[in-house]
Amino acid sequence: MSTQTPDTDETDPQAERMARKEERAAERDEASSKPDVGDDAITLKVFRYDPEVADKQEPRFDTFHVPREPGITVLDALIYARDTYDSSLTFRHSCRQAVCGSDALFINGSQRLGCQTQVADLNDSDTVRVEPLPHREVVKDLVVDMDHFYDQMDAVEPYFSPTEEPDGEQLQSRENREKIKMSTRCIWCGACMSSCNVAAGDNQYLGPAAINKAYRFYFDEREDDERQEERLQIIEQEHGVWRCQTQFSCTTVCPKDIPLTEHIQELKREAVKSNLKFW
Amino acid sequence: MYEHDVIVVGGGGAGLRAAIGAHEAGADVAIVTKLHPVRSHTGAAEGGINAALREGDDWELHAYDTVKGGDYITDAPAAETLAQDAPDNVVQLENWGMPFSREEDGRMSQRPFGGLSFPRTTYAGAETGHHLLHTLYEQVVKRGITVYDEWYVTRVAVSDEDDPNDRECYGCVAWDIQTGEIAGFRGREGTILATGGDGQVFDHTTNAVANTADGIAMAYRAGVPIEDMEFVQFHPTTLPSTGVLISEGTRGEGGILYNSEGERLMFEYGYATNDGELASRDVVSRGELTEINEGRGVDDEYVHLDMRHLGEERIMDRLENILHLAEDFEGVDGLENPMPVKPGHHYEMGGVETNEHGQTCIDGLYAVGEVACVSVHGSNRLGGNALPELLVFGARAGKHAAGEDLGEPEIPVGKTADAEGIEESDVDFPVEPGALAASSAAVSGDSPEEIVETAREAETERIERLLEKEEGVNHAEVRSKIQKSMTANVNVFREESAIEDALETIREAREEYQDVYVADTSRTFNTDLQHTIETRNVIDAAETIAMGALAREEFRGAHWRKEHQERRDDEWLKHTMISWNDGTPELWYRPALLEGENQTYEPKERHY
Ligand SMILES: Cc1cc2nc3c(=O)[nH]c(=O)nc-3n(C[C@H](O)[C@H](O)[C@H](O)COP(=O)(O)OP(=O)(O)OC[C@H]3O[C@@H](n4cnc5c(N)ncnc54)[C@H](O)[C@@H]3O)c2cc1C
Ligand code: SF4
Ligand code: FES
Repeated sequence: MSTQTPDTDETDPQAERMARKEERAAERDEASSKPDVGDDAITLKVFRYDPEVADKQEPRFDTFHVPREPGITVLDALIYARDTYDSSLTFRHSCRQAVCGSDALFINGSQRLGCQTQVADLNDSDTVRVEPLPHREVVKDLVVDMDHFYDQMDAVEPYFSPTEEPDGEQLQSRENREKIKMSTRCIWCGACMSSCNVAAGDNQYLGPAAINKAYRFYFDEREDDERQEERLQIIEQEHGVWRCQTQFSCTTVCPKDIPLTEHIQELKREAVKSNLKFW
Repeated sequence: MYEHDVIVVGGGGAGLRAAIGAHEAGADVAIVTKLHPVRSHTGAAEGGINAALREGDDWELHAYDTVKGGDYITDAPAAETLAQDAPDNVVQLENWGMPFSREEDGRMSQRPFGGLSFPRTTYAGAETGHHLLHTLYEQVVKRGITVYDEWYVTRVAVSDEDDPNDRECYGCVAWDIQTGEIAGFRGREGTILATGGDGQVFDHTTNAVANTADGIAMAYRAGVPIEDMEFVQFHPTTLPSTGVLISEGTRGEGGILYNSEGERLMFEYGYATNDGELASRDVVSRGELTEINEGRGVDDEYVHLDMRHLGEERIMDRLENILHLAEDFEGVDGLENPMPVKPGHHYEMGGVETNEHGQTCIDGLYAVGEVACVSVHGSNRLGGNALPELLVFGARAGKHAAGEDLGEPEIPVGKTADAEGIEESDVDFPVEPGALAASSAAVSGDSPEEIVETAREAETERIERLLEKEEGVNHAEVRSKIQKSMTANVNVFREESAIEDALETIREAREEYQDVYVADTSRTFNTDLQHTIETRNVIDAAETIAMGALAREEFRGAHWRKEHQERRDDEWLKHTMISWNDGTPELWYRPALLEGENQTYEPKERHY
């Protein structure tokens, strides 16, 4: 990440221009707080931070007023605020349908996908407070650094790799496909990891999403016993399944309803079984 | 400068499959992508992948359905390659662990889809694309392929010969969204565009916000002809408030469409008396809109798709995701009530002209997936044919770029002097299309590295200019103007005056774009800058769609013209080609190839 900041003390023309642009942006913010958007407008409070922009280096909240359309989602509200008031408002989003996993945010105090969350369904639908995912490094505004999350995913060897290459279509029973079905739904949004106290305290903890990924392959009958053993070893390591304290926070926030805690518990039992075998 | 043998631009299904193909052929390959791969819109595909895998089916039937579905301007060698290579590619995915739905005997499940003579749509629930995307990404991780994620490619680095057919592509220029670094990427053997579709041209679309036609615009400006852009697919079943797709699989499994009178419209009003709901998408979309226009729409806006009679068990087994989508994005419980649906923009049949190896007319530049036009979909894509397309042609382009010999291609590319049957167009546009001032994406230099470097300098200058400009127009206004005009004027039903209106609006948008500025001053994660660059690409794509739509004076596949209600095979068995021509676009035609391996595909009337 770049740490260079426009140096406003010098009379460098570029810096001046930047300063003027920022001023104008501030004026626009001001204008945006005037509620000309209907009496029951939504008050959207959004976390702002930019390491490079003078008045955003100190994190702050900006308030935007957004018209209350039926069915409006938190993502819609953010897009409205950005396109109407402040085009520098920054957040990831793409699919708008809960499948790309880009917009996991901290909305009124819990991890949710912006696109999947209707404002009307929030406990407080008058004031919506949007923050970046907790326990992640903030890059800018609502954007967090996902690299650590991706690293943890990579650590469980997240790919199908039977000891022997299959020859032609492999059969899989409907029961087995059903068994792994929920675990294959993960969209890598990072909500679970952000909600987990254990992960917050132990940077090396694999975390619910990665363990769930291991579950997906461990129980896939198309991989062989040898691979299963190797997979158990990975999740049994010091920062693996045994760290989980079954607080269910991950399961509560997962937008794909994956029973994460159950999956972790089941892998713990598998690990115990396998250790007994070698006694 | 970053250097690899092969650079793949885009990490969706097409890009990932191309990268794996190149890697298998021994190349050092890297993916440069504006979204992390698993965020790509391939993940939204629901219904399935067509492949002739089973007894009773064969590739010739699949090829035939594809050519017929495309209303006979699908190029036969492309359709046949697709149909021949699809089964191996699907089994390959299975071997890479993709969790397909299964039959009692443990084999992969297939279901019926519109326009298919055999139920060959191989699926994984109603979330096939999600599983396909993640499976391919897993294999990319397994192979240790380098991924530059959240890097935005702004242009391809192409040499500056006068004739585009003599140009060469040496890589591309990209900008690191997180840090603001602008860098050259040298692709020693090839650069493969896999940037996906152009849904942002319309305002009601099943596509993602990131589908901004970047690859189409970059190739176009570099001199590659853009083909058949007027053929835009409008999907008959999208949720009215968001454009979120309700898969054709819902009708494949037996879902029924009703108008506001409770009539089964496809049969009642004769839109498709044989196949009903499972007629080809263009037919169903027109049927629904006719109902709505004639006052038989629900709330004058949509029709109903009912799947309740399928029963909870079957729905949960095969269409569970549809329940979630209807609930989350329209607030309707599909087990209790019919779902509101209407036609929405879905897929671009046209795109960057390529042959069956993914090559464009510029040496070293390839295109695959939705950005490309091989042309395998002709004037109307069959559901379930885009995913096999990206697998088949992605793999082929990757291998070819890595040096594998795939034989002589049968499909010609480029407007060359010796090309057969090329015709100039005499269509009059109401306003000049193209650049406001002469412009060219070509850059000079004596060596490949120098060309990549000069391209980087040119892009740095463009980006600096956007960032430094102090005031002006916000790109969002310009984009929204294009989207509104295209949705109003170049939609399912098209007429001459409306298309001309759209072209005028696009011209205005181009002028306004001259004055865009980026309010965000930061180099860190500047999405304002990214969206501003994307909007220029949206303008280019919209213009080619409208130009093609005005030129094609007939009704074929997805392209319906009020003044021309017939398919005119005597004159129009040809592709619409548009060359940027350094800023003064040229429209011309190339004959469709209907000569297959064992048969000629004689145009027949298309009945469903
Ligand atoms: C809702 C929906 C359902 C569908 N269902 C089906 C189905 O059931 N069966 C079927 O066959 N087809 C289906 N389709 C069509 C099919 O899914 C798409 O055509 C296909 O997935 C496109 O894949 P792609 O790899 O070409 O593009 P995408 O998956 O869109 O990927 C594009 C990639 O390019 C990158 N990119 C774009 N621009 C740039 C840039 N400037 N710089 C760097 N990177 C860039 C993006 O980051 C992304 O990684 C569906 C489409 C939609 C929208
Ligand atoms: S397990 Fe659920 S919460 Fe965690 S990353 Fe996957 S989808 Fe998101
Ligand atoms: S925008 Fe893709 S998950 Fe919300």
